[in-house]
Amino acid sequence: MCTVCGCAHDHDHGVGSSHHHIHATGAIDFGHGPAGVSVPGLSQARTIRIERDVLAKNNGFAEANRKRIRQAGTFALNLVSSPGSGKTTILVRTLTELRQSRPLAVIEGDQQTSNDAERIRQTGVQAVQVNTGKGCHLDAHMVGHAMDQLSLIPGGLLFIENVGNLVCPAAFDLGEACKVVVLSVTEGEDKPLKYPDMFAAAELMLLNKSDLLPHLDFDMDACLAAARRVNPAMQIFTISARTGEGFAAFHAWIAARAASYLRPMATPA
Amino acid sequence: MHEVSLIENVIAIVERERTRQAFTRVTMIKLTVGALGHAEPDALRFCFHAVAAGTIADSSRLEIEIVPGQGWCADCRGTVPLDERFGACPVCQGGRVRMTGGDVLRVAEMEVE
Repeated sequence: MCTVCGCAHDHDHGVGSSHHHIHATGAIDFGHGPAGVSVPGLSQARTIRIERDVLAKNNGFAEANRKRIRQAGTFALNLVSSPGSGKTTILVRTLTELRQSRPLAVIEGDQQTSNDAERIRQTGVQAVQVNTGKGCHLDAHMVGHAMDQLSLIPGGLLFIENVGNLVCPAAFDLGEACKVVVLSVTEGEDKPLKYPDMFAAAELMLLNKSDLLPHLDFDMDACLAAARRVNPAMQIFTISARTGEGFAAFHAWIAARAASYLRPMATPA
Repeated sequence: MHEVSLIENVIAIVERERTRQAFTRVTMIKLTVGALGHAEPDALRFCFHAVAAGTIADSSRLEIEIVPGQGWCADCRGTVPLDERFGACPVCQGGRVRMTGGDVLRVAEMEVE
């Protein structure tokens, strides 16, 4: 068993390890299938009741990540959306505006390529690319390994850009403080109702590409009503990563939420 | 399709159980899947044999027990059946229903030899 992450393989965590390897670009590749073992044989048949939560292992890694991020004094956001809603463009603007005031780090999840991490690095912010291979989401194990390559600094922010997918990432806790869901106005206004799991799991929704509204028949009220029906407590900001509209509110939200998240927990009397 | 990784987790749970209890072959794995959860039973079945191939669960049967959705209606002040995660109350048609059941995903039991 791997003693670093507890995964059921004998491997090291350097280049060429059996469950992932690190490319020359620094991208971490998880696109390898699990190595299985088969032991044929016959004995008495019996039934075993085990009652194990299928996601328990991921949730264990997520809790470890959460503890590590919090102990580092960092606030982590998990950005989720369908492909093409503008997550990376939002990040580039946010990093450019915030990099003078706080330490920043980014984990980029994509099925293939390091294009997004390269875009992020051009802002001067440290970034690690995780390629999920056949996988459709980041899991907490991948994020833990990606964090090994980043320096998390007190007062800093860690942005985790998930694989563009509105279904699967909802089920996988990565250890973030909260999920931020991005929807763009070129998508349908009923998307929160069509993909409710993700909108229910998010604390904040960014409605992006507002600069395109004059050219579209997008029903803003219907969209906000759909989002609120699925998640009445969710905050919503209308933004444009192109023009910068709404980013002041988004950044103020990050600052306030990070401050309350990182406030030392009251010691019991 | 995240069901592939969910099944990989199922196989890992089974492999881990083998280190505690002596068996050499798994002939049936029974999952408890919530009707309102994140996993689609058909997608779980679809990828099960591909993921289980070459593992201890190779040629095992997959059985899925569906746990129906359930919610608490604040207006009826009672537990009601729920077809959708954010559905209206089937009794009073009101929207003040909080999901209370049907979100599980567990390995319940397995038959081994």
